[in-house]
Amino acid sequence: MRETFGLEHDDAELYAQAPCGYLSTRSDGVIIRVNDTFLEWTGYRRGDLIGVRRFVELLTVGGQLYHETHFMPLLQMQSTAREMAFEMVCADGARIPVLVNAVLIRDEAGQASVVRTAIFLATERREYERELLRAKQRAEASEAAASLMARTLQSTLVPPASPKIPGLDVGAVYRPAGSGNEVGGDFYDVFQIASDDWAIVVGDVCGKGVDAAVVTALARYTCRAASVEHHDPSRVLSIVNEVLLHNASQRHCTAALARLHRSDKGWTITMSLAGHPPALIRSSDTPEPIEFGRYGSLLGVFAEPVFSVESRTLHPGDLVVLYTDGVTEARREHHLFGERRLHRLVRDATGSAQNIADLVLADVLTYQQQDPRDDIAVVVVRAV
Amino acid sequence: MLFAHGFGCDQNLWRFVTPMFESNFRVIVFDYVGAGSSEIAAYDSQRYSSLKGYADDVIDICRALDLRDVIFVGHSVSAMIGALVAIAEPSLFAKLVMVGPSPRYINTDDYIGGFDAADIEELLVSLDSNYLGWSSAIAPAIMGNPNRPALGLELTESFCRTDPEIARQFAGVTFMSDNRADLPLVEVPTLVLQCHDDIIAPFEVGAYVQRCLPNAEMVVLDATGHCPHLSAPEQTGAAIADFVHK
Repeated sequence: MRETFGLEHDDAELYAQAPCGYLSTRSDGVIIRVNDTFLEWTGYRRGDLIGVRRFVELLTVGGQLYHETHFMPLLQMQSTAREMAFEMVCADGARIPVLVNAVLIRDEAGQASVVRTAIFLATERREYERELLRAKQRAEASEAAASLMARTLQSTLVPPASPKIPGLDVGAVYRPAGSGNEVGGDFYDVFQIASDDWAIVVGDVCGKGVDAAVVTALARYTCRAASVEHHDPSRVLSIVNEVLLHNASQRHCTAALARLHRSDKGWTITMSLAGHPPALIRSSDTPEPIEFGRYGSLLGVFAEPVFSVESRTLHPGDLVVLYTDGVTEARREHHLFGERRLHRLVRDATGSAQNIADLVLADVLTYQQQDPRDDIAVVVVRAV
Repeated sequence: MLFAHGFGCDQNLWRFVTPMFESNFRVIVFDYVGAGSSEIAAYDSQRYSSLKGYADDVIDICRALDLRDVIFVGHSVSAMIGALVAIAEPSLFAKLVMVGPSPRYINTDDYIGGFDAADIEELLVSLDSNYLGWSSAIAPAIMGNPNRPALGLELTESFCRTDPEIARQFAGVTFMSDNRADLPLVEVPTLVLQCHDDIIAPFEVGAYVQRCLPNAEMVVLDATGHCPHLSAPEQTGAAIADFVHK
């Protein structure tokens, strides 16, 4: 006999009074031995179980389904199964949450002969787990709500339908970075000021999320409002700058603002930039696109910003492409999409303004394996 | 011979039975999308919102491997998936073996399936409570990048585990399905293998399936539970062999 320091020498008692329920079942699942602890917890009498009841019958019906589809296959395949959560149905119908470990013993021929099962009470643990599960479900629901909110908010930051200007062919694309669960910082707008007077703005607010969306909305609506009073786009940008300086958010913003005016001689475009890359213009007579617009200060940073304007006539067939840096600064490993690639794309592009905008977006997305790190906005205008 | 697993586990469950057929048949086992080591990213909750999506996958497998005169062996819910394939593509299967089939699990006024809707709800709770460990420990490894398969991911006890959302939907699709009206349309010779004391597919349900199928016989195995291919593989294999060699 092993040395037990004069204690714990009664093996029968160690089994009967073990601090866990302990039972054995035959290969057909019928209980053939059970300890006192199990009977105490569940209220069954030994005679109710031995040779009569299968262990699985003591589980809730849902638990029985789980037992047969998961627990038994696992036990048969691996001869052991651990920490399976069930609810036992007691003699009086009450349910107790338990965790179950089991081992399957095979005879010399390899046939399953006995399953030994240990049962642990898990009342408080299960309550905690349920709480965790509820918290997870709440988190998922609130994430879904936030994502819906982001998409809804996003849709208010760009025009709802592809913009139309009589006498001009206009196309636009917008693609926020990532999976669309966050509001992007890029925006564009096309709006009418008078019967022959239109404005196009493309911009990029630093950062993303709700805070950036507030600045986006502010910049966009200030542009609209100021354009009514001021023809000069650089004057409009000065006003946007002032508004952003006084806004609490501290966020800055880039923008390219183009004023389009139609006279008897055709369309004139007047462009002013604020920390934004120049537009590209492809004339109908020279295929190589040229940059249009001169450098101007970032919005929301300087008390005395510098903006300039550049003007030209648009002849029929002339193409203007406004874009954000999500296009040219698209990354593939250590390489950038770059201005040269965009120039080539614009040089060779054919089709409607919308086709060309779609083409640029598709190429930028392909370049980044369809996973853009930054928002992308492109507006294309062609004089008809 | 094409062996299809049921709800809960994967193709591994056939490993004690398939060796008996490997000398005479081309034996094919597979995991349904979402089970075993299938490509989780291929799971499409729309496609798999009914058993038809799974049946379409079986047809795809047969086409891709150019299978003809197939003997389809389906366990549990796969028995009904096999029935749907046999109806959609009557020339595909030579014979059909249904292990523990049930065309409807939930009782109605005139039919005993064995379960109430509340029982199925309880199963979903059971799934949830048993997936708590899964979500935290294994999910990041599998779900970390849905675009990339979890290559070489070897985890003990993983074969009965899958993404909780997928398991939930598969459980719903399995246990809410009603294929009773399909049974009379299955013309291929069919074997119904029935166990004693099968809680999931009781004897009466197996007998009902055999009665409704136009061309079926039933063999009652001296095995208990829902997985005779695990608890009594020799007997299960022998019954299938008798039927296919007939």
